[in-house]
Amino acid sequence: MITRLRKGARRGVLAVLPLVALAACAKDAPQDTLQPKGPVSRQADDLINPVFWVAAVVFVLVQGLAIYAVIKFRQRDDDSPEPVQVHGNTRLEVAWTLAPALVLLIIAVPTIRTIFDLSRTPDNALNVTVVGHQFWWEYRYDDFDIVTANELYIPAGRSVAITLEGNPADVIHSFWVPSLAGKQDIIPGRTNKMHFSADAPGVYLGQCTEFCGLSHANMRNRAIALPPAEFDEWVRNQQAPPREPAAGTDAEDGFLLFTAKGCAGCHTISGVSTGNAGPDLTHFASRSTFAGSMFDTTPANLRTWLDNPPGVKPGAKMPALGLTDDEITKLIAYLEILQ
Amino acid sequence: MTTVDHKKIGIMYSVTAFIFFIIGGVEALMLRVQLGTPDSTFLSAEAYNQIFTMHGTTMIFLVVMPLSAGLANYLLPLMVGARDVAFPRLNAFGFWVFLAGGLFMYSSFFLGGAPNGGWFGYAPLSRLTPGHNMDYWVFGLQILGIASLTGAINLIVTVINLRAPGMTLFRMPIFVWMSLVAQFLLLFALPVITVALFLLMFDRQFGANFFNAQAGADPLLWQHLFWLFGHPEVYILILPAMGVVSEILPVFSRKPLFGYQVMVISGIAIGFIGWGVWAHHMFATGIGPVATSAFSASTMFIAVPTGVKIFNWLSTMWKGKIRATSPMLFAVGFVTMFTIGGLSGVTHAIVPHDTQQTDTYYIVAHFHYVLFGGSIFGLFGGIYYWWPKFTGKLLSETLGKWQFWLMLAGFNLTFGPFHILGLQGMPRRVYTYPDGMGWNFWNMAATVGSFMIALAVLVFMVNVWKARKSPLVPEDPWDSRTLEWSIPSPPPEYNFAKIPVVTARDDWWHQKYEEDENGRAVRRKEMAPDVVALLGRRSSAVAVADGPPPPGGEGAGDEATTGTGSGEGDDTGDHTGDHTGDHTEHIHMPSPSYWPLVSSLGLPVLSYGLIYQYLPVSVLGGLWILGSLYAWALEPSTAPEEPEPELSSSTELAPVSQGTD
Repeated sequence: MITRLRKGARRGVLAVLPLVALAACAKDAPQDTLQPKGPVSRQADDLINPVFWVAAVVFVLVQGLAIYAVIKFRQRDDDSPEPVQVHGNTRLEVAWTLAPALVLLIIAVPTIRTIFDLSRTPDNALNVTVVGHQFWWEYRYDDFDIVTANELYIPAGRSVAITLEGNPADVIHSFWVPSLAGKQDIIPGRTNKMHFSADAPGVYLGQCTEFCGLSHANMRNRAIALPPAEFDEWVRNQQAPPREPAAGTDAEDGFLLFTAKGCAGCHTISGVSTGNAGPDLTHFASRSTFAGSMFDTTPANLRTWLDNPPGVKPGAKMPALGLTDDEITKLIAYLEILQ
Repeated sequence: MTTVDHKKIGIMYSVTAFIFFIIGGVEALMLRVQLGTPDSTFLSAEAYNQIFTMHGTTMIFLVVMPLSAGLANYLLPLMVGARDVAFPRLNAFGFWVFLAGGLFMYSSFFLGGAPNGGWFGYAPLSRLTPGHNMDYWVFGLQILGIASLTGAINLIVTVINLRAPGMTLFRMPIFVWMSLVAQFLLLFALPVITVALFLLMFDRQFGANFFNAQAGADPLLWQHLFWLFGHPEVYILILPAMGVVSEILPVFSRKPLFGYQVMVISGIAIGFIGWGVWAHHMFATGIGPVATSAFSASTMFIAVPTGVKIFNWLSTMWKGKIRATSPMLFAVGFVTMFTIGGLSGVTHAIVPHDTQQTDTYYIVAHFHYVLFGGSIFGLFGGIYYWWPKFTGKLLSETLGKWQFWLMLAGFNLTFGPFHILGLQGMPRRVYTYPDGMGWNFWNMAATVGSFMIALAVLVFMVNVWKARKSPLVPEDPWDSRTLEWSIPSPPPEYNFAKIPVVTARDDWWHQKYEEDENGRAVRRKEMAPDVVALLGRRSSAVAVADGPPPPGGEGAGDEATTGTGSGEGDDTGDHTGDHTGDHTEHIHMPSPSYWPLVSSLGLPVLSYGLIYQYLPVSVLGGLWILGSLYAWALEPSTAPEEPEPELSSSTELAPVSQGTD
């Protein structure tokens, strides 16, 4: 029995230690919340670290006492004297009412300070409006008159003030890029605010975290922080009108199919169409991923997608249009020039 | 089918809940197989969403709640020294409504698809989802709500009004207290979710706009209503298990519960504070820094009474004489696992970091440590502990220990990694995830762990199966402390041949033991003869095995032969045995009835009619309910040819006094 208990105790400790170790140094997890890459996420992380240590102490204390008690005070034989019938101890009980209360009070002060700290948007931030759709993201840079989707381009080192606008006809989504900031919900009919900035250029993965239907799992996004100069260049490129297909190419046929097959009803291409049910495609080819950042933008992926969108992304609102192989080739050719 | 005996109904609740536990567990295994590997195609997105919704709904509403209700139903009257619950037929009605609601909910799998909007049913997704899936959820939960509400009222009245003479509130066993607090929480929380479900029902069925942002409504209303119910619900699920553990630890440490009064008060405090923390489920919804701070503080504060409980449990074991039996192992498992859940709970109150944790697997880890490591471990402890009371037989200790260690290991292997996955940014409620996120290894580990849990549950089933043939054991095999052990196992329909007179907390223990000058427990030298007779005898159960003895019939004779002698007027009180013949003649038990069963079946009929918008069926369902309630009301409670028996003096209502020991 005792060896079994000891084994159990050891098992408990062994189960917990690697958890802590691995959680702390996971390097291959692009959405790790414990590896902040910006001041906002770092503030949250700074707050949780001491709490983890307090929790670790309490954890070791309680588990240690429980295991110790079960081993030390186990019944050895039936004739051993009965224990003293202790009914309670007011002083002790007051002590362990007040002690946790005090510890929590100490934790509460910096927590509340940080809450208020983070609720203030920094000046001179870049304004971006994020709208959640089933199951993709719309980004509007009102300062620059740019609309894009799924990939959020930001200048590294500069604060971005995000307005989360809930489309009244849609469902709740939650915008989250863990290495930059905690998540904020996008609620129909409401407007929420958040802000963050990235320390360095890089690609930061995120995804929708409020269950939003069939393809909730496929509603991913990425924030791409560029060096300021490159960001300015990106802005200029996005502001430019879309490239027009050269006469007699597949791309031109694709352009014609875009209107003929009804794509234009849902997708905006600046100067070509004004549909707004699906993502803006004006500079589609400048994005590295599509369909809620689910697929890399490659011809093969586009082919699968155009053949049957709900087939590869359950619940996608874009229907299978019954396009022939040839039509798909041409549409891809057109999409590829939209850089 | 017609029984109104609270013990049979308690067992019916428990067995049904266990069957749903198996179903919910199989659903969990399917979810784990799907998530064991990245980009898995074992389940479609639609199937996954239905199964995770049903897993959550099942485990909360069809497993933990009814299992707690089953235990409470069986034990509360026994523990407070009552003959039955206050409203036996309402009790039966509650069970049948629960079963009808569960079957109704599960019928959706065969009628076009199960609910798929999550157990939390967030509007507007739940109002916009096409098909009837969410309608089953809306109506199913309303039906189950009726069941829980009737149960809550019944148990509250039972505990308040039917206590044995001398059983003051502060002499009640702690399980009775914790169940009472949980039932009060139910009483107040269920109407809130019922309102929310009604609003959602109107949105879905009649095109109302309660949660329609396009019509100017605010979908956040749903979350406030839902969590105003949903957070107290957590304590509805955990408090009875806390009570179970608080019964087990003293018995197997051979010491009284440390700080009984503080335990009671902390339980009540948890009940109260539980109402003030609902918005901590909504830190990411943009409720503003002031509200956020307030709910952050209240969330932290609830750790105080919980911490008190944990330290009191440890103190109960401290310097005791601990017997590591299966119930004790599960109880200690509860304390340790629940601590982990409590600690991760505190981290949710660190709001800036909570916005990183919330809706990730970290949360899934947290509430499984509370609800599985807590509630389920506690309830399994209770099942092992009270099994000899239910059946007169012990479950095998060897298999019990196998189950415990398998379950503990499997549980930690499953839900421990969830902490890491969540902190590594894996969201919950995703049917799949891509390779390269760093989640593969721990997901596979969790899937392996989940099958170990399944194996542990199989061991339990084998244990139950084998226990059929095990020999009968004495009535009080654990040398326990509370009243239910002072009567035969399984108890006769009327519970107590003579209603006990309670003189102390843990009255039964004090009949057997007194404290010497050092405060050590020593066997009483002069035990009441009936107590002596009961300790170590195993005869009445033989009679019981052939069916419970009818009141005043041959069974009473049985009683008389076993409980020889009498401690008449003895200050220790006499519990069973003496004068049974005289007393049981007057015991009046309610007669069985079909009407609770019949009337409960009207609810699903009414609901089907509403879901499919086919008026005649709903009208039929409505008339069915009304008609059967009418018949129920007119049915005499005793067969007419029997003369209405005189109420024995011992069945008079106990005076409700607030005094302490």
